[in-house]
Amino acid sequence: MSEKVKFGRSAVFFDPFERRPGPIKKNMHYCPGCGHGILHKLIAEAIEEYGIQGKTVIIAPVGCAVFAYYYFNVGSISVPHGRAPAVATGASRANPESFVISYQGDGDLAAIGFNEFIQAANRGEKISVFFVNNSNYGMTGGQMAPTTLPGQITTTSPYGRNPETDGFPTKVCEIVNALEAPVYIERVALTSTANILKAKKAVNKAIENLRDRKGFSLVEVLSPCPINLKMNADQVNDFIDEKMTKFFPLGCLRDRSAATPVGELPPAIIREPEEVKSLLLPGISENSNAADASKFAVFSKERRVKICGFGGQGVLSLGLNLANMGRLSKLNVSWMPSYGPEQRGGAASCAVIVNSGAISSPMVDRDCDLLIAMTQTGLDKFRHVLGGNGILVYDHSTMAKPEVGANQKVYGLDALAIANSVGNPKCANSAIIGALSVILRENGFSESEEKAFDAAYLDAITENFAAKPAVLKQNLEAFAAGKKAALA
Amino acid sequence: MKYNHRLLLKGNEAAVYGALLAGCDCYFGYPITPASEIAQAAALLFPKLHRTFIQAESEIGAINMIIGGVAAGHRCLTASSGLGISLKQEGVSYLAGYEMPAVILDITRGGPGLGNIGPEQADYFQLVKGGGHGSYKCLVFTPNSVQEMCDMTVDAFHMAEKYRMPAYVMADGVIGQMMESVELPEPATDVYDPEWKMGRIVDGKANYITSIYMEHDDLEAQNVKLQKKYREIEAKEQRCENYLTDDAELVIVAYGICSRIARGAVDQLRAEGLKVGLIRPQMVYPFPVDALQKIVKGGKAKAVMSLEMSAGQMIEDVKLAVECKLPVVLCNRMGGNVPGGDEVCAAAKKVLKELAK
Ligand SMILES: Cc1ncc(C[n+]2csc(CCOP(=O)(O)OP(=O)(O)O)c2C)c(N)n1
Ligand code: SF4
Ligand SMILES: [Mg+2]
Repeated sequence: MSEKVKFGRSAVFFDPFERRPGPIKKNMHYCPGCGHGILHKLIAEAIEEYGIQGKTVIIAPVGCAVFAYYYFNVGSISVPHGRAPAVATGASRANPESFVISYQGDGDLAAIGFNEFIQAANRGEKISVFFVNNSNYGMTGGQMAPTTLPGQITTTSPYGRNPETDGFPTKVCEIVNALEAPVYIERVALTSTANILKAKKAVNKAIENLRDRKGFSLVEVLSPCPINLKMNADQVNDFIDEKMTKFFPLGCLRDRSAATPVGELPPAIIREPEEVKSLLLPGISENSNAADASKFAVFSKERRVKICGFGGQGVLSLGLNLANMGRLSKLNVSWMPSYGPEQRGGAASCAVIVNSGAISSPMVDRDCDLLIAMTQTGLDKFRHVLGGNGILVYDHSTMAKPEVGANQKVYGLDALAIANSVGNPKCANSAIIGALSVILRENGFSESEEKAFDAAYLDAITENFAAKPAVLKQNLEAFAAGKKAALA
Repeated sequence: MKYNHRLLLKGNEAAVYGALLAGCDCYFGYPITPASEIAQAAALLFPKLHRTFIQAESEIGAINMIIGGVAAGHRCLTASSGLGISLKQEGVSYLAGYEMPAVILDITRGGPGLGNIGPEQADYFQLVKGGGHGSYKCLVFTPNSVQEMCDMTVDAFHMAEKYRMPAYVMADGVIGQMMESVELPEPATDVYDPEWKMGRIVDGKANYITSIYMEHDDLEAQNVKLQKKYREIEAKEQRCENYLTDDAELVIVAYGICSRIARGAVDQLRAEGLKVGLIRPQMVYPFPVDALQKIVKGGKAKAVMSLEMSAGQMIEDVKLAVECKLPVVLCNRMGGNVPGGDEVCAAAKKVLKELAK
């Protein structure tokens, strides 16, 4: 049997409730006998007791508690249905000094928002969740909730909840208790003075944990909704005590608060511009050889390269090396990879365009100046893109010499063998670039352009392997060996 | 110490650098091709500056984390593509309702449904026309280079904050995936501390944020206020680049990767003596209506061609802008196919031939 429990108004509550529209400013919008009002008071008192009002934020759900911000004089936001734990996550991570409460109903938390809830619990967000289980959707007129009991009649279970088709009530605390991260899990009821006092203790514990940044706390509150259950105050309390607690036993499922140290604030965000730059940008090396764009007359016209082969052959990184050489030479460059399932199937390709002027499309689907094919399949797929005067470089260790058009040129190269000769198969790209230096000289590079190309390579590879001098040395050897092989 | 601001980056990565240099504190996102490098770069770079990165449980989780972070008074970023953006729409509508700024990168892919990861531009409607419930708009930037991926992400934060509304940077898969040299800007030095932020104490009362207005008149007033803001944006913030439009008989309208292909096609057609020009919207909300009105009034243009990688979405705005005073034709590819320069030239020539009849 219930007795009336009276509370004084907490200083955390507004007085009057000015934010409530309409003429009534003294009372809450909740129905008489509703549990939300009681829980609000317990939370307000705890916020006051633990002295965290100035930094507390309440995330209000969609449900009867959507208007929580009418009452609490703390930061507040009313958020999409079910999403309060995600909003709480964002608020608490963005501002770790704040104390964030997620206040939710059973439809909000255990139906539409269960994923946001369980994920926040699993991440161990440093928030406290107050979960009002009133066994129905209060706000929308008493529809079935995930917590509705078997056989319970609601407006959308007019024949009673049928576990065969609707499943059994969702035991939220028990599910959360299967996770590692949560610190505190307790289920309470708002039915009798004794129970309300236990609820107060649980609310206090969750607020204390919040203040001490201990981690995720959950308090499930079995709460009367006399209006939708069509019961008077005593009947609804009996319903909770006798029927709901069978499915939702009261008590503490976990309390690791004592064993959990007070949480520390994360380090302050770095904003100081010099420090930001030092952490985001590479330093400028002093001994840069950078050839500049003016040395490359040949790039006054757009030059288009396509590289194809298998993933793992360094197809994409060869393209990147060339693009980096262009960048360091202050030319405009673009690099465009094949992306997604194509890579998964093993085939990989990329397009590189170099131009002293603006580059239009980064795709190379025709008029390609240089096609580098590391596999026969790659060549079969892309040989049609090679322009009439284009150059084809192929891997002659695995492929037969391809037929080419009258004005096209073809060069075979075993880059892997060259790389192996310097003791590092990963240097194959350097060998290819070395060979390209010679091949391009034969096909239009002037002597100074060849020099500028070699200098750009040196800059690019030095930038890449500045921290690994041994690998840098091997790459330079592979480059030289590639040049030699191409000359031969 | 001197730092190299000129890096070779993917469009996706450049946007993350842009966000950090603009003073963005939090990244919340869920991976999806072709936007995943954004989450990856954010995971790498945000913690270096003691900023927040969370791999959210879903796009729904991510956009709601954004709501929380932004409400707490911080610059926040999220990113996704097509289907993930569909999931974010509820949260974006709330952001519009709250009048809160946020930046969302959409690296578009093919649809409908799972579609594919190719670079379609079929998110236009859901970004430009509202996308979620209610009469709201979002700013929509449309970069066409890696440099603009960075710069427009910075601009998106500023404009979103100026007008207190969500801003998208909409780039197709090509712009997101390609690498180009980028000149990165200096880090922001401003102090961001919005006066409306949740929990700020004003006259002894803590700020709250909501999108509920139970009284119909109140909600109508809020809508009128929003619409007034949108009209102001439409008047002041149109952005586009005009290329050889003054004497053009045919004006192509294209954004993103299509605009680069179109520019190449215009050069090719001009070389053949054909008077073709290009209007490249750098934002599609607000749409560059004035630029299109200008070519209508200029009297030289005889037709407009909307070049898109969709079934024809932007074309509706092009038609509205020319107010039936010029014929508007569609040149498009779908399914992740990117139109070739030759294809665009052929389509343009066909239109010019029809006009000559
Ligand atoms: C996306 C969405 N779907 C449905 C609704 C309608 N709706 C409002 S409140 C509510 C149920 C709330 O029930 P509960 O979370 O149990 O809160 P209570 O009112 O019982 O405290 C529903 C379905 C909504 N606001 N948003
Ligand atoms: S409908 Fe139920 S939950 Fe909602 S205010 Fe009334 S009693 Fe409370
Ligand atoms: Mg309920």
